[in-house]
Amino acid sequence: MRLLKLVPDNTNIKFLKWRIPFFVVSILLIAASWALVMTKGLNYGVDFAGGLEVRATFTQSAEAPVTDLREDVEALGYGSPVVQRFGEDNQVSIRVRLPDDVAANQEAAQEAANEVVRTLQAEYPDFRLDGNDNVSGKVSGEFRQTAVYALLAAMAAIALYIWIRFEWQFGVGALFALFHDVSLTLGMFALFQLEFSLQIIAAILAIIGYSLNDTIVIYDRIRENLKKYRKMPLPELLDLSINETLARTVMTSLTLLVALLPLLLFGPASLFGMVAGITLGLFVGTYSSVYSAAPILVWLGVTSDSFVPEETVADVQEKKARGVV
Amino acid sequence: MLDFPTWRKVWLWSIAIIAMLAALPSLLSATSVRWPAALPQPMVNLGLDLAGGSHILLEADPADVAAQRLENMEENVRSLMRNAEPRIRIGDVSTRGGQLSFILDDPSQMDRAREVMLPSINGTGLVREWDLTMEDGNRMILSPTADGTDTAVNDAMESAIEVIRKRIDELGTREPTIIRQGDTRIVVQVPGLEDPEQLKALLGETAELEFKLVDQNALPSDVAEGRAPPGSEIYPYAATSDFAGQNLAVRRLGGIRGDNLTGAQQSFDPQTNEPVVTIQFDSDGGRRFAKLTTENVGKPFAIILDGQVLSAPNINEPIRGGTAQISGGFSVETANRLAISLRSGALPVELAVVEERTVGPDLGADSIRSGMLAMAIGSLLVIALMIASYGRFGVYATIALVINILMLLGIMAGLGTTLTLPGIAGFVLTIGAAVDANVLINERIREERARGRRVVAAVETGYAEASRAIYDANITNFIAGVLLFLFGSGPIRGFAVVLVIGLFTSVFTAVTLTRMWVAAWLRKARPSDLNL
Repeated sequence: MRLLKLVPDNTNIKFLKWRIPFFVVSILLIAASWALVMTKGLNYGVDFAGGLEVRATFTQSAEAPVTDLREDVEALGYGSPVVQRFGEDNQVSIRVRLPDDVAANQEAAQEAANEVVRTLQAEYPDFRLDGNDNVSGKVSGEFRQTAVYALLAAMAAIALYIWIRFEWQFGVGALFALFHDVSLTLGMFALFQLEFSLQIIAAILAIIGYSLNDTIVIYDRIRENLKKYRKMPLPELLDLSINETLARTVMTSLTLLVALLPLLLFGPASLFGMVAGITLGLFVGTYSSVYSAAPILVWLGVTSDSFVPEETVADVQEKKARGVV
Repeated sequence: MLDFPTWRKVWLWSIAIIAMLAALPSLLSATSVRWPAALPQPMVNLGLDLAGGSHILLEADPADVAAQRLENMEENVRSLMRNAEPRIRIGDVSTRGGQLSFILDDPSQMDRAREVMLPSINGTGLVREWDLTMEDGNRMILSPTADGTDTAVNDAMESAIEVIRKRIDELGTREPTIIRQGDTRIVVQVPGLEDPEQLKALLGETAELEFKLVDQNALPSDVAEGRAPPGSEIYPYAATSDFAGQNLAVRRLGGIRGDNLTGAQQSFDPQTNEPVVTIQFDSDGGRRFAKLTTENVGKPFAIILDGQVLSAPNINEPIRGGTAQISGGFSVETANRLAISLRSGALPVELAVVEERTVGPDLGADSIRSGMLAMAIGSLLVIALMIASYGRFGVYATIALVINILMLLGIMAGLGTTLTLPGIAGFVLTIGAAVDANVLINERIREERARGRRVVAAVETGYAEASRAIYDANITNFIAGVLLFLFGSGPIRGFAVVLVIGLFTSVFTAVTLTRMWVAAWLRKARPSDLNL
């Protein structure tokens, strides 16, 4: 049986040749992402914005009456709702950000939630309540805060670990790659105005984990090659390392993609945002490992001296045997 | 590296089999086959987003507890001074600024007054509950200590949990989870609830019932504007009562609380056929109620629930039987709910719903079905890709993957963790991480072969070199997972749990188990070349 080989043996792509233009592009993308987040803003769900969200199915209808629903809920006087299709054509999610005076008062907020459901139940006989979320401003504020803490703490802890395991340049490189991934993911959520909820924080941490996985695999090979080829110029050595791990990078990204796509296409509607986030992050993370994490090492001046103490007599003998030195 | 003595094989297989066995009861519960009742029953709990149900986060306002405490202290001090022998006369009692202050008519009584109050000031617990200061030679000021307030809030939260449990039990729902969260919050989770609105209404009701005498001397114009005459206070009528929108002035002191009840039922008023709640006092409460009604025949008294006047009937005759009827424009449903609340006791502190998430049971079942389908398709695609790319080594990876999923499920069941919707995404990512380990190893073996190493050496180096990156990557992911668990809430934690347990099972199956199989095969078949 001939086995499938996605990447031919001994590729020799000069990734690092384009490191400056690509790095400029990365910086521009990060800047653009933050500009989008600042100007268009993130489409916060109830988790972070507070307010109420009602999910429902219109069991006897082919399509949910989105426009009517918007008018019905708006007529209640709590402001303009966000009505979106959710999963099937006859399923919707209705999100209402309550006016400040209502949101500040727990009882009024509760009553608003009940009123929305009651009104719609009376208006549409085939209205089936699938669920509702109701988050007060105080709790949503805490969610926002802990989300930021979680992301910062994760990035800091991971960078620290890599610094200890490798060298400080690697820690900086990994941290920049993570910052790149988080920024671009946020940018895409701002651009497409996908609902930004707690699940997306989980998605971002999953992306961080995945991207880091990629970065570590390449870094590990760089470290190995730094010890092996003491005289090789750094850009060349990085290219070699990236090429050597290219088959793995492609294969892993592909398997993760084929595992995620069915979840994106056939999975539960309430997971769509999260899975979409992870899928986007898959591409961003792979790109950043090659074009952010690695080139930074050139500029920060990693040398093989960093790892010399780790070289053992056996390594030297092995190299001699293979005629490397 | 490729040396696996028998004891090690037995050990590894035992771990895998025990973990997989733990998954059996959960898997069987979806079929008609019954797991023998005599055996342990580890189960993966389904989160509310999958099983359907309500998650409600309640928050108490500590200021409410503090205010209640101050009011109790005022009544306490008044009665202590009144009952002292001889009586100590006090005046200008005020509770402004969270402090209780009053002046002694006779400043020479200062020491006696202090002595009388000492037990209340010191409290019953380990902490001093009040600070006593004196001013101008005749004014005494009691201010609550921080420790005392904390203890009071803590006690209130503990008993609030008990009250909530009783109320939910009355609804007949199965297996509610009621957990204290932080200092002032309580999480209530009720699976498969049909009517979450009723639950919320029940939890939102403090059910503090009071009977107070109406202040008939108050000027109607003052009352309408919310100005209370000295010694009285203003309460609004409840929205359901006949006088909704109006206020009523009642005497602050001398009323009784409805907290010593032995029963409460919804019933109908024999005359008007209106739904009412009938309550029974215990002997002490009955005696005090009889005293109140005997002394005030012909006067109106107000029935106050949670700070709102339900009704203010005239006392036509003394009520001595220990039974009373509460009317106030109820429907059968609201009367029934009030009866439940009164039976289970008043909440010691007002609780507000600050977060609520409800998922209908149909949607939950849909989510499980589509989630499982997507996972199955994804796994098949991954397996096809692995076998096509790595042949025999892909088959090993596949078997490891199946064991991995079963072990993950088994360990989750053993630990009694909860599977949530994001947890399903966690499963998919775990599959990804496990496969990545095999990809790393197999690609490395390929590479080593291409460099001219012999089969056994290539496999050994492949595992050794790839393991380093695998461990580094898994440790960093572990850091991210733990932080996610610590900072996350609810469904997100479910994701983190799957991710973290999955890291361990992935390394175990994708690295350790496959190495064992590959070693056995190499030993037996002694291949001179690898089809990789």
